[in-house]
Amino acid sequence: MSTVSAERLSKIFVEVADTLVDDFDLLDFLHMLTVRTADLVGASAVGLLLADQRGRLQFMAASDERARILEIFQVQASEGPCFDAFHTGEPVLNADLQSAGDRWPDFTRHALAAGFRSVHAFPMRVRREVIGALNVFGNTVGGNFDDADVHVVQALTDVATIGLLQERAIRRGEVLTEQLQGALNSRIVIEQAKGAIAQAHGVSVDAAFTALRGHARRSNRKLTDAAQDMLTDPGSWAP
Amino acid sequence: MVPEPADPVVARLCRLCERAASSLSAAGAGLSVFAQDNQFSLLAAADPASERLEELQLVLGEGPCIDAAADRRPALIADLGQVAPTRWPLYADAMRDAGIRAIFAFPLQIGAAQLGVLDLFRAEQGPLSGTELRRAFDLAGEAVTILLDGQEQRGTERTDDVMAGPFELFQAQGMVMIQIGGTLAEAMARIRAHAYAEDCRLIDVAREILAGDLRFDRDQ
Repeated sequence: MSTVSAERLSKIFVEVADTLVDDFDLLDFLHMLTVRTADLVGASAVGLLLADQRGRLQFMAASDERARILEIFQVQASEGPCFDAFHTGEPVLNADLQSAGDRWPDFTRHALAAGFRSVHAFPMRVRREVIGALNVFGNTVGGNFDDADVHVVQALTDVATIGLLQERAIRRGEVLTEQLQGALNSRIVIEQAKGAIAQAHGVSVDAAFTALRGHARRSNRKLTDAAQDMLTDPGSWAP
Repeated sequence: MVPEPADPVVARLCRLCERAASSLSAAGAGLSVFAQDNQFSLLAAADPASERLEELQLVLGEGPCIDAAADRRPALIADLGQVAPTRWPLYADAMRDAGIRAIFAFPLQIGAAQLGVLDLFRAEQGPLSGTELRRAFDLAGEAVTILLDGQEQRGTERTDDVMAGPFELFQAQGMVMIQIGGTLAEAMARIRAHAYAEDCRLIDVAREILAGDLRFDRDQ
């Protein structure tokens, strides 16, 4: 990646600060962050995984939500750079996918098939706990993150963590568990709505997500609320 | 709607509440479900005392169980004494009178499909440990499974985690909801019943649905 301009970086942090106000939508926020991170470092795709109560990584948000890309995130419940970053608490940097087949067979097969050539993963940390990981995919062999890039992406990963903690005012020690559970359930709501829209309107699930997002924007609804609306009253929902 | 549970289902849920109370050092445990009119009704409790505690939130219309359902996330009240008096003015007093100091409410849900809430009541204040939380989530997942599968006994008590399904399963659930013109809970129950009947994995059923190779109609 080329050196990130301070101006572009500061614009992102202003946008983050603008978003982290009362009653923001966590999934919208995490999606925005993955898109901005991908733009900033010239990545092909960026995704974010959170651990459920059993410590299994679950997909939360991505800059690109096509089904074949979601599969790459999903397989990391059992292996892959995010799995490693989550379990060690250390980033995985500049991994060359063409020589990663021994380390992560399933993951590498999926990622190469999607056209990716390199991968990085950054742990999401809260105090001593790791709660998830951010995944960056590139289409150049081996990736080319230097120290400065690593700091920038780790900072954006930490911002994602802040978003999670910020979603509701922190009241109690167990708040993180509540947030994680709420966030994971919100993600399921989105997937259910994608399926319902696909069936009701005869489109692919990928197109259904685009329609859902567009609908949320136009009606000024949060993504999760828009999905909820659709599922509550599918008959009167129009893309 | 999930079919109106017959006695065997209630019996299994009562046993689940008993296990919840005994394994989580709780004074009581109760489970309420959404009825057709979107109101809660009490379905199961570990014992008569738990039943009264659980019923109280339904009667008063306030409490952690109501909040957990509205917010779609657990309401973990480690110390009722720290709760603002305006939050649950009637309920908090009633609980303190009953000697309850902490309440933990877990929504029984899969995404937008809400089935009910599992409540734990403790006589001592203090949070659940990480291990206890995981245990409580497992029990909540088990309760969802029992509610979804209804009267259809599947032999062994399955402890599969309904929340950890692959994303294809939830997309398929949305599709089936539209196909049957029913609820998300019904859709998941139909998908699971099909997987059991055909002895195949949920993910494979989900992929067939997504590919359009398997459809569910209004009437089975």
